[in-house]
Amino acid sequence: MKTVFEYTKGMLPVTTGYCPGCTHGIAHRILMEVLIERGTLGDAIGVAPIGCGILSHNYLNVDMCESMHGRGPAVAAGIRRAMPDKTIFTYQGDGDLASIGAGEIVHAAHRGEKFTTVFVNNAIYGMTGGQMAPTTLIGQKSTTGVDGRKKEVSGMPLRMAEMLATIDGAVYVERVALDTPAHVRGAKAALHRAFEVQEKRLGFSFVEILSTCPTNWGLAPKDALKWLAENMIPYFPLGKLRCPEEVK
Amino acid sequence: MSEKKLMKGNEAFAEAAIRGGCRLYFGYPITPQNEIPEYMSREMDKVGGSFIQAESELAAVNMALGGAVTGNNVFLSSSSPGIALMQEGISFMASAEVPVVLLNVMRGGPGVGGIQPGQADYRQATRGGGNGDYHVPVYGPSSIQETVDIIYQAVATADRFRNPVMVLADGMLGQMMEPVVMPEAREPITLEQIRERKPWAVTGHGDPKSEEKIRTVVKSLRLQPDDLENHNNKMQAKYETMLEELPMYESVGLEDAEIVFVSFGTMSRIVREAIDHLAQEGIKAGLIRPISLWPFPNKAFDEISSKTKVVVSAELSIGQMMDDVKCAVCGRFPVELIYRTGGMVPTPMEVVEKAKAILEVAR
Repeated sequence: MKTVFEYTKGMLPVTTGYCPGCTHGIAHRILMEVLIERGTLGDAIGVAPIGCGILSHNYLNVDMCESMHGRGPAVAAGIRRAMPDKTIFTYQGDGDLASIGAGEIVHAAHRGEKFTTVFVNNAIYGMTGGQMAPTTLIGQKSTTGVDGRKKEVSGMPLRMAEMLATIDGAVYVERVALDTPAHVRGAKAALHRAFEVQEKRLGFSFVEILSTCPTNWGLAPKDALKWLAENMIPYFPLGKLRCPEEVK
Repeated sequence: MSEKKLMKGNEAFAEAAIRGGCRLYFGYPITPQNEIPEYMSREMDKVGGSFIQAESELAAVNMALGGAVTGNNVFLSSSSPGIALMQEGISFMASAEVPVVLLNVMRGGPGVGGIQPGQADYRQATRGGGNGDYHVPVYGPSSIQETVDIIYQAVATADRFRNPVMVLADGMLGQMMEPVVMPEAREPITLEQIRERKPWAVTGHGDPKSEEKIRTVVKSLRLQPDDLENHNNKMQAKYETMLEELPMYESVGLEDAEIVFVSFGTMSRIVREAIDHLAQEGIKAGLIRPISLWPFPNKAFDEISSKTKVVVSAELSIGQMMDDVKCAVCGRFPVELIYRTGGMVPTPMEVVEKAKAILEVAR
């Protein structure tokens, strides 16, 4: 019999603790598939964030280290100095990366750190229960902005990919989404390019993945995917912001 | 052993870390310890190590965590306000059992404070400035040579206990020059040795298809309270061993002292001079010099003779160490305080005068 589908060895055979319809599972799987396809799963070291993604080390079949809130890029920079030959990534959410860890991600990009950051942007704090993030959209309700985000109070949502793309050391910056099968395939291709950039030691590589949080958005999984497409993509446009010639 | 050389404190401390086997150093400019990152930026490359000038002390401590989770030996330095910023990382490393050696070249506080020598981080260091039930062994050496030896030894102590170890110097020790003999350079640990001696280290586990693969995760999060309690109790057992085995002190003239000073670091050097002056005036004074501040050397206080009238905690902080002194004295003698703060350092004669006034009351 011909095998048409096999679960990736990059994921441990356990049930995740993520909510129904949450796209962390898809992000995990394509990340691990990319490492397997590149033959680097065995020597990869991941850094888990604070937030829902801290549990990723229970699911991703690689060596991992937790980090304090937002400090993943600093931890990864330390690991890189000790382990010059390994594949290193941070996996971070928008509260972790765009808020408390804004300094660490900017300076990792600034130094052109030779690791890859997978940035899961679902426009809200997930694990702590639906508080406003720097990426929460105008009008989007959260438990710390019950009437919806207001520009006058909280400013406009932060576009991290665009911001990092202004930094020379961030040589590969792309934004992708997980709302359709075509976009999932696109996200996987972007991760391939990001790790190729790392393998060639060209500089810092960054993939922002627009994701859903049905629980804290108060939407059914299918409606959440639709909400992502209709609300997030127009404000957070998809595509490559920076891409070196070598991986085009 | 190398030959005796005149060195500036901060540079000697940096060299001691390299000789101790540290090939990773992360730092951020802050006075009065800037010669350390400057020295590392010159010297780390030459020995095949790495230095990053971090964007903040917060980043520096987390870079140190990243280096140390791989099983390599890491050195980290800062000064008081910077050490305050590093507390989240120190608490994380204690919780995740990650060894690093950390040097605080203390200055006057609180807040931004000043840049002159102080000892007012005593409580932050010995009580654990971060959140949670944890301890960090803390040493308070009093000369450049002793600081060098303690940093060198701390690399092994951190590894032995899988715990951060902190050394408290101050702006005086960091900025002055003294003759020093550097210890023999230790070979840095290799990847093979890490895999053999530190099975917990995150090194990239190799072939995922292999049946024998070992996957390692360094973590601090324990959501189940019973799991966290068990972990904290396991760590507590480790701290009990530290309490047994790590106390270090020097005592001088306790057998017939009328007044006993307790003092560490720079302040203990001033107290020693004051003791000589007091002797010239016919007053017998002794000294307990704690070298380990946590664990505090309580046993030293059993050596105090019944002739002693008063014990004096002499500090560059307002009675922070005095709490530990009172605890160790345990009501056997009155305990008084002599201090300067904010970066002010007393002269020996100032200590003499204050000591005489205290003794007069105690008599």
